[in-house]
Amino acid sequence: MSGEFIAFFVLALLTIGGAVFMISFTRVVHMVVALAFTFLGIAGLYVLLEAEFVGVTQVLVYSGAISILMLFGIMLTRHDATEVTERKGPFKYIAFAGIAVFFIVAFLGIQSAHWGDQQADFTKQNNVKEIGIQLFTHYVIPFEAVSVLLLVALVGAIILAKKEAEDE
Amino acid sequence: MSIPVTSYLLVALILFCIGLYGALTKRNAVIVLLSIELMLNAVNINLVAFAKYGMFPNISGQIFSLFTITVAAAEAAVGLAILISLYRNRNTVQVDEMDLMKR
Repeated sequence: MSGEFIAFFVLALLTIGGAVFMISFTRVVHMVVALAFTFLGIAGLYVLLEAEFVGVTQVLVYSGAISILMLFGIMLTRHDATEVTERKGPFKYIAFAGIAVFFIVAFLGIQSAHWGDQQADFTKQNNVKEIGIQLFTHYVIPFEAVSVLLLVALVGAIILAKKEAEDE
Repeated sequence: MSIPVTSYLLVALILFCIGLYGALTKRNAVIVLLSIELMLNAVNINLVAFAKYGMFPNISGQIFSLFTITVAAAEAAVGLAILISLYRNRNTVQVDEMDLMKR
C-alpha cells in the first residue's frame, strides 16, 4: 500500500506543480517546459492505473509531439514573448470566482458520490494485446474514422499554414 | 486497500480548473491552446481511472482515452496552423488583439 501511495503522491505533486508553474511563469517557453513535466506526471499516473499502453502513448504524443509542436509555434511567431500583462479589467477575477464555484460544486459531488469497491485486475492480461483485440473487433469503425480524421487534420494544417506564404 | 478513485478524480479536477483558468485569462494564443490540452488530459485521467475502479471496470475506458488523445493531437495541429496563418496576416498572437470581427 505504502509504495503505491508514495508513487501516487509524487506523481500527483509533479502533475499539479507543473500546471501551477505553467500559470505563474511569465516567459512563454518556460510555460511549455513546465507543462511537459505535467504531461510526464500524467503518464506516470496511467502506469499506476495499469494502463501501460495509454501511458506510453501519452509520453509519445504529449511530452514528445505536442510540447515540441508548441515550442515550434512560439519560435515561429514571437520567440522573445513574455506574458507581460494578463487581460485587463475585472474579467480575471470574475473568471477566478466562477472557476472556484465550479471547483467547490464538483468537489462536493466527488466526495458524496459512491462508486463501490470493485476493481478491475489488469495484471493477469497483456494490456497491449487486450487493447488491440478490443480496438479491431468492437471499435473498428471509430478506429477507421479516427484515421480519416488524422488525414484531414494533416492536410488541413499544411494548407492553412502554407497558403499565405505563396502570396508574399 | 489501494488508492481510492476519489484521489484520481481530485487530481483531474484540479488540473481541469487550472486549464480552464489559463484558457480564460492568458493572452498568448499558444498558451491558450496548451491550457485546452491540459483540460483534455484531465478528462483522460478520469477515463483511465474509471477503467480500473469504476462501476463496471473495463478496458473500454483506456480505448476511449486513446481516441481522445488522437483527436486532441489533431486539434493542436490545426489550431497551431491557424495561429501561424493569423500571425502572418495580423502580426500578433495575443488573443485580445484578434478582434477583426468586432470592429
